[in-house]
Amino acid sequence: MVRKSIALALMTGLAFILASILGDWSPMERLSGVAYDYVAHGASDLGAMNLVTAIVVTYRGLDTLGEVTVLFLAASGVAVLLRRADGEQQEKTQSKRAASEIVTTGASLLSPFIVMFGAYIFLNGHLSPGGGFQGGAVIASAVLLLFLAHPDYKLRHDVLNIIESFSGFTYVLVGLLGLFLAGGFLDNRFLPLGAYGTILSAGSIPLIYTLIGLKVGTELAGILENMKGRAL
Amino acid sequence: MENILTALLSLIILIAALAAIYLRNMISAILAAGLVSLFASILYLLMAAPDVAMTEAAIGAGLSTVIFLLAFRKTRDEEVENG
Repeated sequence: MVRKSIALALMTGLAFILASILGDWSPMERLSGVAYDYVAHGASDLGAMNLVTAIVVTYRGLDTLGEVTVLFLAASGVAVLLRRADGEQQEKTQSKRAASEIVTTGASLLSPFIVMFGAYIFLNGHLSPGGGFQGGAVIASAVLLLFLAHPDYKLRHDVLNIIESFSGFTYVLVGLLGLFLAGGFLDNRFLPLGAYGTILSAGSIPLIYTLIGLKVGTELAGILENMKGRAL
Repeated sequence: MENILTALLSLIILIAALAAIYLRNMISAILAAGLVSLFASILYLLMAAPDVAMTEAAIGAGLSTVIFLLAFRKTRDEEVENG
């Protein structure tokens, strides 16, 4: 009874706060403060056609580095908990049911194109919507399709680890280059900005997003493989 | 028109979220949770945020649903093994 009344009081208080916030809410007429500055100077300063990318990779680049770190930690945690030693991998192989021919043929046909689409998304991150995270996730979904079609499919862990470590290290290195050669950490202007709207423009943004795409793709693929275990 | 679509999508999201909570069958609940992400990504697209919509569709609706399904499968296996 006491607990219920406390919960009720909390709910009422929360409803009161939210109602007062909603009461004097009105749609924003114009951008305020730092947002206005980003929109006004982003395109001319950084040369990126997709302003979202410009903000995510340069102005808020440190946040993105943090996100990549969080994903890396999550992937490492899954690997530590679920990766099985080489010896016990063969314990239960008889229960795996092969996928139907439609699935295997479809997967073989589609997965290269899905990987290509993912690469397209992160290579064009500074021109069109999308970027490293989205492209990496699309690549990981191609790996998932392969796992569904071939339950025994094995990823080359050594290659994945090398790609992942290399891209993570280079990402920080590019950030440091921005610090020393341009205005600050992860500043993209130490490479030429190029012609606005072309694939080789916006300084180091395409480079950073390619690295993030590779890193996220390999990490998510690793998570999927570790989760898969004998479940699939 | 857009308001109607937004309201409809919000309604679907609410229903799917409630279904994810109240469905007894775990696999249906996981799929309902994936449905929330799928319709949320359409909503983001309507609100002119294609970047967020892409992330939500690929990670929210795709990968995390699969990871939930795999985790469910794994835990159920363990339970059977441990009696």
